[in-house]
Amino acid sequence: MATSVKLTVNGKRHTVQSAPDTKLLTVLREELGLQGPRFGCGLSQCGACTVHVEGEAVRSCIVPASAMAGKKVTTLEGLGDEHPVVEAFIAERAAQCGYCINGMVMQSIVFLKKTPRPTEAQIKKALNANICRCGTHYAILKAVKRAARTAA
Amino acid sequence: MTSMIEKPHSRKDFLKGSGALIVAFSVPLGAGAARARAATAAIGPALIDATQIDSWVVVGADGRVRIQVGKVELGTGLKTAHIQIAADELDVPLTSIDVLESDTWFTPDQGTTSGSQSIKSNYPAGLRQACAEARKALIDLAAKKLGLPAASLTTQNGAVVSTADSTKRATYGELIGGQRFNIRITGRVPMKKPAEFKVIGKPIRHVDIEDKVRSKLEYIHNVKVAGMLHGRVVRPPGINATLVSVDGFPKRIPDLVKVVVEKDFVGVVCKTEAGAIKAAETIKVTWNDPGGVPKDHDELYARMRTWPAQARLLANDGDVDKALREAKTVLEATYYYPYQLHGSMGPSCAIADVKKDEATVWSPTQGVYPLRQAAARMLGLTNQQVHVIYKEGSGCYGLNGADTASLDAALMSKAVGAPVRVQWTRGDEHVWEHFGTPMIMKIRGGLDASGNLIAWDFENIQASRGGRPGNVGAANLPTGHLIGQGIAPRRAQAPTFPPLGADTSNTEAGYLKDEEGLVPNARVIAKTVDSPFFTGPLRSPARIQNSFANESFIDELAHAAKVDPVEFRLRYIGDERLAHCVRVAAKAAGWQARVGPKPASKGDIATGRGMSAMQYEGIDGYAATVAEVEVNKKTGKVRVTRVVCSHDVGIIINPAGIKAQVEGNIVHGVSRTLKEEVLLDGKAATSRDWESYQVLRFTELPEIKIALINRPNESPTGSGENAMTAIPAAIANAVYDATGARIRRLPLTPARVKAALKDL
Repeated sequence: MATSVKLTVNGKRHTVQSAPDTKLLTVLREELGLQGPRFGCGLSQCGACTVHVEGEAVRSCIVPASAMAGKKVTTLEGLGDEHPVVEAFIAERAAQCGYCINGMVMQSIVFLKKTPRPTEAQIKKALNANICRCGTHYAILKAVKRAARTAA
Repeated sequence: MTSMIEKPHSRKDFLKGSGALIVAFSVPLGAGAARARAATAAIGPALIDATQIDSWVVVGADGRVRIQVGKVELGTGLKTAHIQIAADELDVPLTSIDVLESDTWFTPDQGTTSGSQSIKSNYPAGLRQACAEARKALIDLAAKKLGLPAASLTTQNGAVVSTADSTKRATYGELIGGQRFNIRITGRVPMKKPAEFKVIGKPIRHVDIEDKVRSKLEYIHNVKVAGMLHGRVVRPPGINATLVSVDGFPKRIPDLVKVVVEKDFVGVVCKTEAGAIKAAETIKVTWNDPGGVPKDHDELYARMRTWPAQARLLANDGDVDKALREAKTVLEATYYYPYQLHGSMGPSCAIADVKKDEATVWSPTQGVYPLRQAAARMLGLTNQQVHVIYKEGSGCYGLNGADTASLDAALMSKAVGAPVRVQWTRGDEHVWEHFGTPMIMKIRGGLDASGNLIAWDFENIQASRGGRPGNVGAANLPTGHLIGQGIAPRRAQAPTFPPLGADTSNTEAGYLKDEEGLVPNARVIAKTVDSPFFTGPLRSPARIQNSFANESFIDELAHAAKVDPVEFRLRYIGDERLAHCVRVAAKAAGWQARVGPKPASKGDIATGRGMSAMQYEGIDGYAATVAEVEVNKKTGKVRVTRVVCSHDVGIIINPAGIKAQVEGNIVHGVSRTLKEEVLLDGKAATSRDWESYQVLRFTELPEIKIALINRPNESPTGSGENAMTAIPAAIANAVYDATGARIRRLPLTPARVKAALKDL
């Protein structure tokens, strides 16, 4: 049955009622009304639901919300104004339908923190587990390169 | 944040909220329409007259312009292109234009947004013509108001201005803001000439990019309706399974509202989404599953040849049999194209609110009017009683699960008497969307002693089931199948000519498309058999399959005639624009002419290049591609290293939009050629996720080089499908060039390529 879980999302503390196996994504979208993380597969295969947990990219569709107790969760909405990676995606027009873009942005941010001056091959490898069906890949690659340049 | 939608109570309320007030329509009504309106007055007029300017263009009191189109943004940039078209025709800044897309209370019926037909509809006519007529009407109003002859006035920046004295002006807001034009579109008001365009042809950033990247766009998945419940469909194990019993839940579902059962349709409705997920996962249902579907594509293709076929004779010029008898060389080849998925990133989602005598459906459908018709038929309502509102979903590339999810929601909403949101799972989308059609294509070609192509004999078999929603109600879609409104099986029918429909779908190669009869003896037969799975338009439906065969076969003929494949094409292509595309792509790729495969190199990696070129549907734009590949001879793995594409769709509205479309087409096309195939097991389709349905990844991207050919004086066709149509054969031809192995079946998986190399 539902238990209360305390978690910090985008800097705000929340207590949510959640069954032990309710996924973090469901809580973020349905209870907290966030729409950055998207439901894509529920299987950790596509990346659309990616959020940051303690600074790491996590696929919120498979982790139970109850496992996030006491942890800091950041969604796209919590990145703050004018985040260089978000702005780079806009500048490079890196969206067609846009459904995968949350995952591309969130994955890229963590990647760029660890690899601030990436090669194209490194970016491709870093995003290889993120699926895009519109074929926006080149605009996304350009956006990540631009973000790296901006931050450098 | 997530938005909460209150259904507008009336058209008037809606318009108040949108900042533009128009009084109720007063168009003359036929008796039938008048009755329909009288019967449904409570839910708004729902009568739109596409011959009236007001159905297309609304000017607010603040001077903002709202254009209303019966087409939708699907991620292709259409909304931005529509704004560009209106901005130029009306002389209004881009930023002063809003777009209302596909809403059966407000927008004209423009069918579905599909087939790369949208710009083709709204540039030479439709929206642009309406804008031209609105502009003229505004000039006439200003002439009266300013007391100046209309001929002395022009328009700029949202105002009518005297050409002699720019202080004499009236803004559109002042002239008609908040009021109706009440003017019928004549079709005779001249539209602007391309030389007058200011924003058409400019690389305008898509107006929705920022909202999409910042996650502020109101996707259907984010829409919430007051009082909304959450429904899920409990899917049978196989397409032919029937319901035996619903056996309840092992553990009580606290927020369960209802288990909805209608024949083989089982749905659960709960107060929360988490509850609905739990209920759908744990409910016990007994099914009777007779199986009876092919266990793999080998069996599918074998059975497709034996199923009752409806045949259409699409071309029958000259005497093909005689020409084949007299030919010096006759080639025959059969090509196979599998079931493929649209595989939308976001599983389909829809919301429906069905009441006793009215219904509202929020849907990511490509066609609000066809969906309205299907929903009305299924619910026992009139078309006028159903209000369908478009909300963007994830990219669909054709008939994905959007319409079925909408009907699922409508069915469950009717059962519980409350708004119901249906969110499909990944497995729902993969297994229950309308797959791209599988096809077998057999071609015979005859060459005379001089290597001239004198005979072309083409026959295909495609397996098809269901399709878009429309006047057959839900029968075309899985919802209808489950509730027992299935479609009747196809009856066999011998080839008839003229064809049942006009859809030639690239069954004829570009080389046949010339009145001069460049291939003097040509026969084209298209056969359709029943598919065991639902099928529907998938980006380049039937065209990608047929062009894979046509353009592979042209390559085979070229080598048999001992002519370089580019040179061979140029001999037969009658259309100069297609020939130009071929030359541009060949030049941009640095094409080196040769006959036969490239001489074998040492080592495991063989490289090669191939070409494919086509005119989409024979009338809708051109593309030619050169694909370059590396084939690992040990593993059979094909890597597409580069794709060069030339692309001519007439006048370019937004080069940035077309570039994104062509890039998307190329990546998607390479994915479909190398990797995509739905797996089957004799009971069901078993590609349920991204592991069992592989798609192209970042590390597998080819380098891409695009040459956009702009023809400002040619009317535009679409860009959604052309480049993709020319991808599969280009890759297969490149694999032949690299290895000498001719592979006629997609996808070009390592196992298939390895086997073909072994057979050499």
